[in-house]
Amino acid sequence: MSLPQIKQFDYSELALHLNTGVLTLKVGPFLVRLQSSLEQFIRPFQLLYQDHCVCLQSEYADFHMSIGRAGGVRRWLKPQALFYFDGRSPFKPLPLAHAYAAFEWGLNWCISAHANHFLIVHAAVVEKNGVVIILPATTGSGKSTLCAGLVSRGWRLFSDEHAMMRYASDELRLYPLARPISLKNRSIEVMQTFSPDVLIDGDAVDTVKGRVAHMRPPSESVSRASELGKPQFIIQPRYQQGVSTQLQSTGRAEMMRHLVSQCFNYNIQGRLGFDLLVDLLDQSSCYQFIYSDLDDAVKVFDRLALDA
Amino acid sequence: MTVQHHVLIRFLIDPACAETFVLSDWDLLIRQARRANLLPRVGVMLAEHGCRSLIPEPARWHFEASEIGFVSHVRAMRREISCLQEVFTQTGLPLILLKGGAYLAADLHVAQGRMFSDIDILVAKEKLPAVEEMLIFNGWRTIKLDEYDQRYYRQWMHELPPFEHYKRRTQLDVHHTLLPETSRLKPDPSVLLNHAIDVQGWSNVKVLSPNEMILHSITHLFHEGELDNGLRDLVDIRDLLVLYMDSDDAWNALLECAVHHQLCLPLYYALRYCQSILGLGVPDEVVVKLNTLVRPTGLLKSMDSLFMRGLLPNHTSMNDRGSAFARWLLYVRAHYLRMPLYLLVPHLLRKALRKRDEAKDDVV
Repeated sequence: MSLPQIKQFDYSELALHLNTGVLTLKVGPFLVRLQSSLEQFIRPFQLLYQDHCVCLQSEYADFHMSIGRAGGVRRWLKPQALFYFDGRSPFKPLPLAHAYAAFEWGLNWCISAHANHFLIVHAAVVEKNGVVIILPATTGSGKSTLCAGLVSRGWRLFSDEHAMMRYASDELRLYPLARPISLKNRSIEVMQTFSPDVLIDGDAVDTVKGRVAHMRPPSESVSRASELGKPQFIIQPRYQQGVSTQLQSTGRAEMMRHLVSQCFNYNIQGRLGFDLLVDLLDQSSCYQFIYSDLDDAVKVFDRLALDA
Repeated sequence: MTVQHHVLIRFLIDPACAETFVLSDWDLLIRQARRANLLPRVGVMLAEHGCRSLIPEPARWHFEASEIGFVSHVRAMRREISCLQEVFTQTGLPLILLKGGAYLAADLHVAQGRMFSDIDILVAKEKLPAVEEMLIFNGWRTIKLDEYDQRYYRQWMHELPPFEHYKRRTQLDVHHTLLPETSRLKPDPSVLLNHAIDVQGWSNVKVLSPNEMILHSITHLFHEGELDNGLRDLVDIRDLLVLYMDSDDAWNALLECAVHHQLCLPLYYALRYCQSILGLGVPDEVVVKLNTLVRPTGLLKSMDSLFMRGLLPNHTSMNDRGSAFARWLLYVRAHYLRMPLYLLVPHLLRKALRKRDEAKDDVV
């Protein structure tokens, strides 16, 4: 039985399902029960998650969340949006206009705070021709822009934030999430120019991260979100203005150090996480990648996918 | 709706009832257990009763993930205990662990799947200055508190202001008795120290004797206003009682111990709610004896409506219209028990005003 997609509902239907809190969204391996009556959330959500499947009579969800208004006097003076995890908010409220960002950040938190059965690395993951590339990087290194660029040119999106790894029948596998890609500040215009037909919405200005918007994942990435990936490349990307594109192989020990520094739950996974990373490095080639031109960068990656 | 309708409570009373669970029960069990800080504990109980295979496939990962989290928690806490052990050994004092840390070091059954956020220890009052100096020397510091807070802890409370290790960020509470100095009940700290027993496998580490460990757990729960972990603590008490109260003599010794420490009233509450919420069997003679010691009034019994709400985790599915008010009353009650009114009223006023100032700061 196939589940309905968000795009099958018109706005009022979707708003009704979200108001009544009956909508369960499938995001990669997770089921997310979602409640909201905020238009500021529902509008971008409808566009950005149009290809995602939902269930309206689910008896079970992994995460129960809602995006609501913060209470208090400020309700009228300066309305705010608040993310609730099962009735309790782990965060401070945000301006109402940031309601969509509150949802994406809340979902990030749900995953990284609970899903300790995965080793989770702060990294983008993309795939083409069965070649899976992990892009671990610190914030501001151009990881999401590169990921968005690749994805808009035919690469399959796993995630722009969370490389989720675990063993599935004794094989090390990456689990796709295929969520909207978070773009910050200048990279929003960069993507609009680079690929004018991608959809970017959920714009929030003046957040702690500056201006933030989200890019819709390709529908194929979403429909194939249950196809796991076998890692082959680990490439640490860095955007540097004016440089020519460089792909240099790098030592595994150095990459190990970098991966550990980008892990959300390495300390929690302990020995499990160490063994998994060693295994990951054993089966992957490691590179440093410096770029300034996104077109050029995509060409380099396309070649990797062809040659592998 | 009685408490036994909640899926988490049903499970805690009889884990075998998981056999009857449908998918929506598992959904609720996981949420209620997570809110109660009992998810790893529920996982352990499922395993003990051979019920792990009953968990429906989509929900399995919650238990796997919480178990991984728990193993890492144990690793961190063991390390913390061994750091403290070293410091205390150098100073020539025994390290006496309380609550979660004690259950873990002594490898008690209640420690399995039990999460706790800080280590609690007991120190003789006259040794406090030495202990504080040595902790600070070894990297612990009292968490930023203003002068009023410092005075609040040092003059009135049963513990020093909380410590935090500057590097590991772990928290440590140093107690010198079980209840605040200002409280009406006066348990005897010297007896606690003398009765403390060695922990196997750890040199220079001690825990309270079983009866005093139980009474401490009870006193803590029924005197604290913040019941965020109320149900978890009640489960501790029930499981400690199940572990140690294996004969009439054991029950009698527990009653005598409670009389000695003036803790019959908290014991009365603990048995009452372990029975009514968690289905603990208490021998009739014990109930009768305790009733003659406490002489429960109507007022005492009317506490049921507060505790039966306040001891449940604060989850939408377990709250009713009275829950928030019940929690607030229990909070006020805990403060009232902690100190006489002439100290309490100015203290609460000060806290309320400060909260308002903090809220103002938020806006800026």
